[in-house]
Amino acid sequence: MAAISTRDITKEFGGVAAVNGISLSVPDGEFMVLLGPSGCGKTTFLRIIAGLEKQTGGDVIIGGDVVNDIPPRARGIAMMFQSYGLYPHYKVRDNIAFPLRTQRVPRAEIEKKVDWASQLLGIDHLLDRRPRQLSGGERQRVALARALVREPTVLLLDEPLSNLDAKLRASARNEIKQFQQRVGTTTVYVTHDQVEAMGMGDRIAVIDHGRIRQVGSPAAIYDDPADRFVATFVGTPPMNLLACNGGHLGFRPENLLPRDMIEESEVTEFSFHVERAEYLGSERIVYGRVDGFESTQEITAKLPPAHVAQESIRPGEAHDFAVRNSALCHFDEHGNRVRRH
Amino acid sequence: MVALAEKAVRQKTSRFQFILDRPTVLGPLFVSPAILYVFALVGLPFLLAIYYSVSAYTIYSQSYRFVGLRNFIDIVQNPIFLQTLVNTFIFTFGSQIIGLILGKFGALLLLRPFPGRKLVRGLIILPWAVPVALATVAWQWMFDSLYSVINWTLIAMGLLTRADAPNWLGNPHLAMLCVIIINGWRFFPFAIVIFLAGITAIPQDVLDAATVDGAGFWRRNYQIILPMIAPIVVVGLVFGIVFTFTDLSIVYLLTNGGPVNATSVLGFEGFQVGIVSGDVAHGAAISLFMLPVLFVLTIVMLRAIRRQEI
Repeated sequence: MAAISTRDITKEFGGVAAVNGISLSVPDGEFMVLLGPSGCGKTTFLRIIAGLEKQTGGDVIIGGDVVNDIPPRARGIAMMFQSYGLYPHYKVRDNIAFPLRTQRVPRAEIEKKVDWASQLLGIDHLLDRRPRQLSGGERQRVALARALVREPTVLLLDEPLSNLDAKLRASARNEIKQFQQRVGTTTVYVTHDQVEAMGMGDRIAVIDHGRIRQVGSPAAIYDDPADRFVATFVGTPPMNLLACNGGHLGFRPENLLPRDMIEESEVTEFSFHVERAEYLGSERIVYGRVDGFESTQEITAKLPPAHVAQESIRPGEAHDFAVRNSALCHFDEHGNRVRRH
Repeated sequence: MVALAEKAVRQKTSRFQFILDRPTVLGPLFVSPAILYVFALVGLPFLLAIYYSVSAYTIYSQSYRFVGLRNFIDIVQNPIFLQTLVNTFIFTFGSQIIGLILGKFGALLLLRPFPGRKLVRGLIILPWAVPVALATVAWQWMFDSLYSVINWTLIAMGLLTRADAPNWLGNPHLAMLCVIIINGWRFFPFAIVIFLAGITAIPQDVLDAATVDGAGFWRRNYQIILPMIAPIVVVGLVFGIVFTFTDLSIVYLLTNGGPVNATSVLGFEGFQVGIVSGDVAHGAAISLFMLPVLFVLTIVMLRAIRRQEI
């Protein structure tokens, strides 16, 4: 087990900065998720930690040692790739054994460890198959077994669930999370999927354009976004933004409620013109605009259960809505959060 | 709507009016020129060759008298033919090995980015694209007994004296080495293309996984890359072997089979006996001797990759 930290990592590809000064520290045993849109530099950053990519500037520190000039195999890391990177010409058994063979572990020891890892992930009945004979979920487990078999100090995961179907993804998410808690390996997990990030991460680092926008627990990221990017990137539908005093006023769709549902007095009221509604079973989302504010996007409101069943709010109507003042976020003209006490 | 419906009612037409819309008719129609072409230019000469090989046909006595396997028995008992057969194997496998080794290293070098890589990738095809006659003449000067640029260089570097400079094309072993080198040189751009195609098709994830798993350069090459590109390399090798086994151009142009049959190969021998000497029957038998050899070789190799298939 080891803590990871990076100091001011930069990476340029032909003059274009993919990673633009990331300093991040992941304590021992933490599950850290790097969340960001595609092309934001999160995978490049992960590859720099792994040593597959050489940073243009900055330091990578694993377990207290600067590992800038240490090759990937000596960094004590294991990595799992988006398409798993299984060796197609090897059987599952040899795939899992490969990292041990490169380290010249004795044969008997290899056999023992392969058995251990395959039982841990419930793939011991697949050992004599080849990767092409496995389903997506099985391949993912084999890749995880291969990553874990040499008991790495750090586990790096690069969008490991993106090749699974939605149902499998949910259970695999759960498995990886439980597994990580059991083994306690320091883990860095890259994803563009906010559901994965919110559900799995002890902490989330939101990355955009090669920079960290915010690091915090899932709750902090969601309830207390540091800037407009984080506010609109996390959450479905995203946070509503209204132009206001040169900056923006933001509030989550579930906080925009019919006026009569809020009992507190410290509220901001809006007159909400409903344009269309979506019924999603457990919730009803209504789209529209509010009087007196400009907004580049449609304003959405997620109606609470009481309003889901009875269609009391219909397209074409105007209703009094309100947001608790405590649930409002203010952003300045640069998109940074303005705290008002 | 009504107008449309009325239009849709067609007059009765001949059942052959849309015959070309049927895939079962159109397909064979499109393929037939190719089949005819192959049959006329490959199939007929092949059948003719088989017939010649079991007849007593020479250009001096054009008899189609059937003699059974007499011609084959004759050539197998001829020591020159046996030497030719051995030469053919040495020539084929020697040049393929040179081509494969140069191809693998060339591909690895050309995978790395460097300024002018595209130009080099284009130029590297030249040995393969240059007409064989032109290339062989150039090599002939390099191996010339008097003017050899290789000997000249070695002498100038002080590694050799004029007296013990090798006579490349005069010594039987060196002459064989020369034809092997030239054919390997001709084959290696093809091998580079094959290796490049294979290596670039390997997913980056697999190579990265191997790197993280602790595989160094050699292990990555021999335990990951080579097994994964083996099927495509074997197909390339089958092509190379078939073309080299049946080739006579370099031998014909460079050594004419000499010195004393040291570089004579099957294709060349068949040409000498059948066309130059006019003994068509024995020439056909010599040429057909390649067929079972190549047949067995190809089947063995293609089976090998199917077992290896990923």
